Amino acid sequence: MADGSSLVEIRGLRFAYSGRTIFDGIDIDIRRGGVTAIMGPSGTGKTTLLRLIGGQEQPASGSVRVDGMEVSRLSRRQLYELRKRMGMLFQSGALLTDLSVFDNVAFPLREHTRLPEEMIRDLVLIKLQAVGLRGARDLMPAALSGGMARRVALARAIALDPMVIMYDEPFSGQDPISMGVLVKLIREINDALGMTTIIVSHDVHETAAIADYLYLLSEGRVVEHGTPDELQRAGSRWTRQFLNGLPDGPVPFHYPAPEFGVELLEPGSSR
Amino acid sequence: MRQSRALEIWVGAFVAAGLAALLMLAMKVSNITSYAQGDGYRISAAFENIGGLTVRAPVRIAGVRIGRVSDIQYDSESFQAVVTMRIDSRYDFLPADTSASILTDGLLGENYIGLEPGGEEETLGDGDRIEITQSALVLEKLIGQFLFSRSQGDDQ
Amino acid sequence: MIALTLQRMGRWALERLERLGRSNLFLLHVVPGLPGLLARPGLVVQQTFAIGVLSLPIVVVAGLFVGMVLALQLYNTMVDFGAEQSLGPVVALSLVRELGPVVTALLFAGRAGSALAAEIGLMKATEQLSSMEMMAVDPLRRIVAPRLAGGIISLPLLSAIFSAVGISGGFLVATGLLGVDSNAYWSQMRANVDLFDDLANGVIKSVVFGVVVTWIAVFEGYDAAPTSEGVARATTRTVVNSSLAVLGLDFILTALMFGDDT
Ligand SMILES: Nc1ncnc2c1ncn2[C@@H]1O[C@H](COP(=O)(O)OP(=O)(O)OP(=O)(O)O)[C@@H](O)[C@H]1O
Ligand SMILES: [Mg+2]
Repeated sequence: MADGSSLVEIRGLRFAYSGRTIFDGIDIDIRRGGVTAIMGPSGTGKTTLLRLIGGQEQPASGSVRVDGMEVSRLSRRQLYELRKRMGMLFQSGALLTDLSVFDNVAFPLREHTRLPEEMIRDLVLIKLQAVGLRGARDLMPAALSGGMARRVALARAIALDPMVIMYDEPFSGQDPISMGVLVKLIREINDALGMTTIIVSHDVHETAAIADYLYLLSEGRVVEHGTPDELQRAGSRWTRQFLNGLPDGPVPFHYPAPEFGVELLEPGSSR
Repeated sequence: MRQSRALEIWVGAFVAAGLAALLMLAMKVSNITSYAQGDGYRISAAFENIGGLTVRAPVRIAGVRIGRVSDIQYDSESFQAVVTMRIDSRYDFLPADTSASILTDGLLGENYIGLEPGGEEETLGDGDRIEITQSALVLEKLIGQFLFSRSQGDDQ
Repeated sequence: MIALTLQRMGRWALERLERLGRSNLFLLHVVPGLPGLLARPGLVVQQTFAIGVLSLPIVVVAGLFVGMVLALQLYNTMVDFGAEQSLGPVVALSLVRELGPVVTALLFAGRAGSALAAEIGLMKATEQLSSMEMMAVDPLRRIVAPRLAGGIISLPLLSAIFSAVGISGGFLVATGLLGVDSNAYWSQMRANVDLFDDLANGVIKSVVFGVVVTWIAVFEGYDAAPTSEGVARATTRTVVNSSLAVLGLDFILTALMFGDDT
């Protein structure tokens, strides 16, 4: 699939939230036309990484280049031009609550194109049909389940047929059937429209099934990267633990903290 | 975007109501009419002392408001205050020997100019000056004069 | 101990200053978006509805009662001085110069300002603003600017309606209940209320209040911490800060406008 050149190029990226280091020098290449998956334990900063690519956060050092442009150096106008060519599915869906499902999907079309209303209607219905929610077009976001809301958000993210699309946890909250449909859909959209896809997910099997390339992040670093097959076969103990979901091993399940036993014995140390 | 028609009607009605309220305040509540009738004529009068008279104070004849004070200047040659009044154009019958005095509305009310018509045939026109004037009664002066005349009376 | 108190006061003052600076920057970013709204009047119409039309009931009811109470109270005092003929002008001047702009702005801060802050704050907390940014739609233009415009349009109109309703309420009480001559009520009013000195200055006040209250509301909403507590604080701050701003500005404006004459 991938034709070799990188659409997104991250070099030596460092980033911290109010003093807490999230990324400590990472290099990532997202290949043009491919599906690249970013995986890692909860709280490692996968969402943050997507926000850095979208220019919503500024790196402390290092570079994030999208289509050859250094995101943090773009002027406001250039950044907005770039974002018109990016789609992003937020982890929470982030639908506009005062607009119906239909109007939510139509929103980017109405904001950025001068298409006649009939054409917008057709486009919106096509996208909603793809995620299986054409019948729900008149519902308000409050009347949707979490999984439905995420599918509407997906339809909205692909409404403008962007150059690159970023999915933050597209599969969470989906039943097995819609999960299967979504996995197929994401792959199909990518191939049919020649998009570049970045997918953040915890669902190892589904992600491995459609991704061309995987990055595993942990504690601010890229732990391992390669095609799914390579990682399954030749991965380290860490990788195998993560990919197979084993509770014991080098991957920490806990947020960094002092030893539990020590903390329990300390009298009234916190609060 | 579907209920936008009803919405637009509501907003239109709201803006209309707001403007109507402003119009009502201007027409019924404020003195816009006295600005609107800018076609009145101006006469002036010189006073020794105008007391607390201000611009826009009423000008009355027989208690009826016929105009307003439009300007107050101090003439440094005659050492007098020159008051210009705008009189509504429908009151164009003021005899040339009309006299003007500065009076007070009630004991503590605002100052106004009271006109007293004379008997001449000729009438005042735009730019004319009223010759016979009586200054404001300044309370301190009155008391001073009163005490002075009392003491003189005692002497004799 | 004293040093600590001083330090706290210093920090408090610096934080205030910093917020003030940020809110100015914020306004600076929003204002360039206002002309663009001419191309999309629908957005402003929608906000004028939410902000202005929906505030109408409370403003009309409050105006009516304030006018009626004003007439009753003033009459009782004025009749002792034989000045009840001046009831009309006194009611009208109080409303047009002070109560109309100020009370409407305070009601507006409570009714519309808090709603604006909560709405924008919640949009931020639920990542709606972020997702808009990622769709290359600037929330300052798409969300904040129309609301600012709607508020600036609505408050002066609401103030005028408040004053007009109040003067009419005063008229009802004066003539119906107190037996003041209806002609005297209106004609005395016309003789004493000046178009520019009183009415226009009142309108200027309400325009200033409209800008300030809406500005505070949208800023607090946009600046809210993206949590339910953050939104709650933003709402409270909006009502408190904008009420204080209205009262403080009212004093300054009154001193500037009505200070030198009369
Ligand atoms: N606004 C913020 N301020 C401070 N810290 C933050 C902020 N947002 C996220 N963090 C911290 O940054 C880290 C990474 O957050 P992020 O949301 O990117 O994780 P994630 O990898 O997407 O996790 P998940 O898989 O659970 O979604 C977390 O530990 C979180 O505590
Ligand atoms: Mg995340």
